[in-house]
Amino acid sequence: MDIQNQSRKKAQMNKEEVTDTNSTLYGRMSDFEEQWSLETYEKNSDIRVVKMNKTDMEFDFIGVDASVANSFRRILLSEVPSMALEKVGVYNNTSIIPDEVLAHRLGLIPLKADARQFSYRIPDRDAIETDTLFFELNVKCSWNPKRPKDSSDPDEMYINHKVYSKDIKWTPIGAQVDLHGPNDVGPLEPDILIAKLRPGHEISLKLEAVKGIGKDHAKFCPVATAFYRLLPEITLKRPIVDEQAERLQKCFSPGVISLDDKDGKKVARVQDARYDSCSRNVMRYDDLADAVQLSRIKDHFIFSIESSCGTEPDELFIEAIKVLRDKCRKFLAEMKKSDLMETK
Amino acid sequence: MESAEVPHEECLTCVVPKGARDDTCKKFVFKNEDHTLGNALRFVISRYPEVTFCAYTIPHPAENEMVLQIQTTGINAEDVLVRGLQDLREICDITLKKFETARDEFRQQSS
Repeated sequence: MDIQNQSRKKAQMNKEEVTDTNSTLYGRMSDFEEQWSLETYEKNSDIRVVKMNKTDMEFDFIGVDASVANSFRRILLSEVPSMALEKVGVYNNTSIIPDEVLAHRLGLIPLKADARQFSYRIPDRDAIETDTLFFELNVKCSWNPKRPKDSSDPDEMYINHKVYSKDIKWTPIGAQVDLHGPNDVGPLEPDILIAKLRPGHEISLKLEAVKGIGKDHAKFCPVATAFYRLLPEITLKRPIVDEQAERLQKCFSPGVISLDDKDGKKVARVQDARYDSCSRNVMRYDDLADAVQLSRIKDHFIFSIESSCGTEPDELFIEAIKVLRDKCRKFLAEMKKSDLMETK
Repeated sequence: MESAEVPHEECLTCVVPKGARDDTCKKFVFKNEDHTLGNALRFVISRYPEVTFCAYTIPHPAENEMVLQIQTTGINAEDVLVRGLQDLREICDITLKKFETARDEFRQQSS
């Protein structure tokens, strides 16, 4: 690969600096390659799912510009809707946690509910079955009559002294019972500690969950994390053997460098650069620093999404794409109203 | 899917910058938008051969608006914006299609 092409494709990670970081697809600098267009995007871009389960997924997003990949990431964090507790009606709270602190803690509890089946609550309008979920939290702490004498263990002394997210009970209204199964709605995790009580303390609350977006409040963020990193690439410029090879292996994440046995000598080989942390530890050794070239492929994004709302991560990414598409549609419709564009 | 945003008529306005002689140079003010749309749109539009300059700014962090400026070699800047929005929409469609294909392939392989 000639130098010009290499600097277009890869960002170099040197000892003290990172070079060739500019976006390759930017501007009209691509004299030596075909111009970026929708056709080339359709032809050259690629998505490969690497890992996927109910909560986490990792996929490779190749041949795309950072600006577009970043838009999807930003939308996942702040514009894909999810459900969260918004209103707390306190009937009784004699615990040591103030009402407002308790309400805030409750709001941050991830809820399991498919936000696509709900609409946004209209301000100053009564809650209806398609925009609000109701819950109750009623816990009262008391002495355990069967507690051993002289016991100082709270678990033995008291009943109900820990309030967990599993104590939040869903109270369906209208047709919600038929639309959502009993396991479709509720706290995502059963064992989130909300408050600690002592005998005589009581918490009695009515809760309302609504649909919202992360831009409005972080509790509506549907993902725990959504991030990408660029695919690392490690090139060994000369053979590295024995002691140097072992030292080289330790400079990288486990599994990145492997040692082959060749004529009784240990020879270092790059096995899999993908999961390297890119620490650049190798640059600390003067005798090794010149033997390796560390770089990152600028248009190969390793995208990770961790869902925290019960919706599968792949569905969340699809929602994110649709949000960006809907933004374009909205402004295109706006452009069509030519009279608006006359207002200069 | 609907979004919790302001009524439609307020979301996009056009401003002709001082000193601009014709409609090849225009600024567009997007209400309630940020880097998410701004940077992606800038990327798409800045690579058109007819476009000499395209950049976006968020003039003040406390105001929810994004300003995109487009300068062209001769065609109307509004047409360029329309084309940019259409292309970005296409990018979304292509990505959606490819993502769904990749996901279904993965499910088939792992089942």
